[in-house]
Amino acid sequence: MNDGKKRDKKVFQLTRRKALKSLAAGAAVLALPSRDAAASVWDAFFQKHFRRMTRSDLEKVLARLEREYSQEYAQEVKVGVTPPIEGVKYGYGLDLSRCIGCRRCVYGCVEENNQSRDPQIHWIRVVRLKKEKGTDLHYAEHYYNPSQVPEPGHFYMPIQCQQCEKPPCTKVCPVQATWTEKDGIVVVDYNWCIGCRYCMAACPYGARHFNWAKPRIPNDSLNPQTHYLGNRPRPVGVVEKCTYCIQRTRQQPGRYPACLEACPVGARKFGNLLDPESEIRKLIENKRVYILKEELNTQPKFFYFF
Amino acid sequence: MSPWTNLSRVIRPGALILLAVLLTGAAAAQAAKEKYFDRSGTLVVVETPAAELLRAYEVKNLPRGETFPVPPPPFSEGIFPCSDCHAGMTPNLARRQLTDEHTDIVLNHAEGQRWCLDCHNPEDRDTLRLVSGEVIGFNESYRLCGQCHGDKYRDWRQGLHGKRTGYWNGDKQYLLCAHCHNPHDPRFKPLTPLPPPLRPEEIKL
Ligand code: SF4
Ligand code: SF4
Repeated sequence: MNDGKKRDKKVFQLTRRKALKSLAAGAAVLALPSRDAAASVWDAFFQKHFRRMTRSDLEKVLARLEREYSQEYAQEVKVGVTPPIEGVKYGYGLDLSRCIGCRRCVYGCVEENNQSRDPQIHWIRVVRLKKEKGTDLHYAEHYYNPSQVPEPGHFYMPIQCQQCEKPPCTKVCPVQATWTEKDGIVVVDYNWCIGCRYCMAACPYGARHFNWAKPRIPNDSLNPQTHYLGNRPRPVGVVEKCTYCIQRTRQQPGRYPACLEACPVGARKFGNLLDPESEIRKLIENKRVYILKEELNTQPKFFYFF
Repeated sequence: MSPWTNLSRVIRPGALILLAVLLTGAAAAQAAKEKYFDRSGTLVVVETPAAELLRAYEVKNLPRGETFPVPPPPFSEGIFPCSDCHAGMTPNLARRQLTDEHTDIVLNHAEGQRWCLDCHNPEDRDTLRLVSGEVIGFNESYRLCGQCHGDKYRDWRQGLHGKRTGYWNGDKQYLLCAHCHNPHDPRFKPLTPLPPPLRPEEIKL
């Protein structure tokens, strides 16, 4: 049995949640990995919070993860920690009058970000709305399946993490496993998350997703270029979400998010809110902008326009 | 004109407030310490690591000139250069039903007002011709479209209409109008959507 599998068996039965529970019950010893468990199990268990790790801590963790993923998926997997770019705050724009609801973005995202194919996880949900009802979400339907889109009398609104300036999800996390990075991206440390799902309850956009089972990704569809806080394969029992493709957009020069590249009608726009020449600023300055659930004061950095 | 004058057009004031928050927050944010509580409830203040990891914004979006990098125009197979056939032919300016060649082209684009040679240069078919008489290549066809669709042309130049690929803070490619719209029949054609998500009851663990 390789390290990765061992970890599944041992650590994932022994989640932090369970360990904490048994610690509280004074029976920690019973729940701890047995003596024959691989060293990496212990390393993973005692790993520090992402933001408390020093460079050398981080390097060890990344090396361990790369080794495990590479073994599990039978190919060389890279795990990066590319930091934010100074002077950048990412913003996303989506043209409601162009989106045809074809869901190309959904599947582009699944492939880029190594989402579980089975059980299925989609970070982007496209809802269909009735033109006569406007953006009233009571009429939102995301299981629509006509033979062709767009359909008369309807328009479509893809919803994903809005990377709120005031995110309710990060506030409620009891272990600070999720936070906002300097470039405005809300991230999760999957090794620190205890899977309590408070953040899911707090997110008004349904943008967080829980791994009820170990995510299944066929070896040949794994995207091996990953980021620690983004698209690396997730363990069972943690929450995950859209990170504006942190592994692509933090490159220098920065690539566009995968959903933007997948969209056949060019409805998706992306750029730096602090750069007056970027398309996201032009859009806010020249278009009619709509913000989802604005009344909640979450201050999304995702702008719908038309 | 300052960019702020245009902001009044934003229908939701929230966007404006948010932008103001973002802009003022930017300078302060870089020096800020990160604070959080760890599992045992101890307050942790992180100062150095994040700062030492920050990188400068090296590549800016420069204001664009009037030419745009585009991929090759989408010609039908074997049809270009047009002069292969048209070189020796006298242009026939009469509006008529085409019966010999190009019979597959259905003009469904203000067809009452328009005829092939309004856009295609009668003197040299390998080029296009603007209303002004200026001759341009197919790789600049956006200027031709922009003659009537000025608002879309402006949006396209700023990256708000149509599709740009490449890098959000670096070199970009702009798809030509004709990459998405058939110039003779420009309405976007419906697509088959990819499958809807599974309903919760269909998901097996
Ligand atoms: S499920 Fe959400 S709230 Fe709970 S530990 Fe994980 S990130 Fe934090
Ligand atoms: S790919 Fe583009 S057009 Fe299709 S649903 Fe997504 S945003 Fe809309």
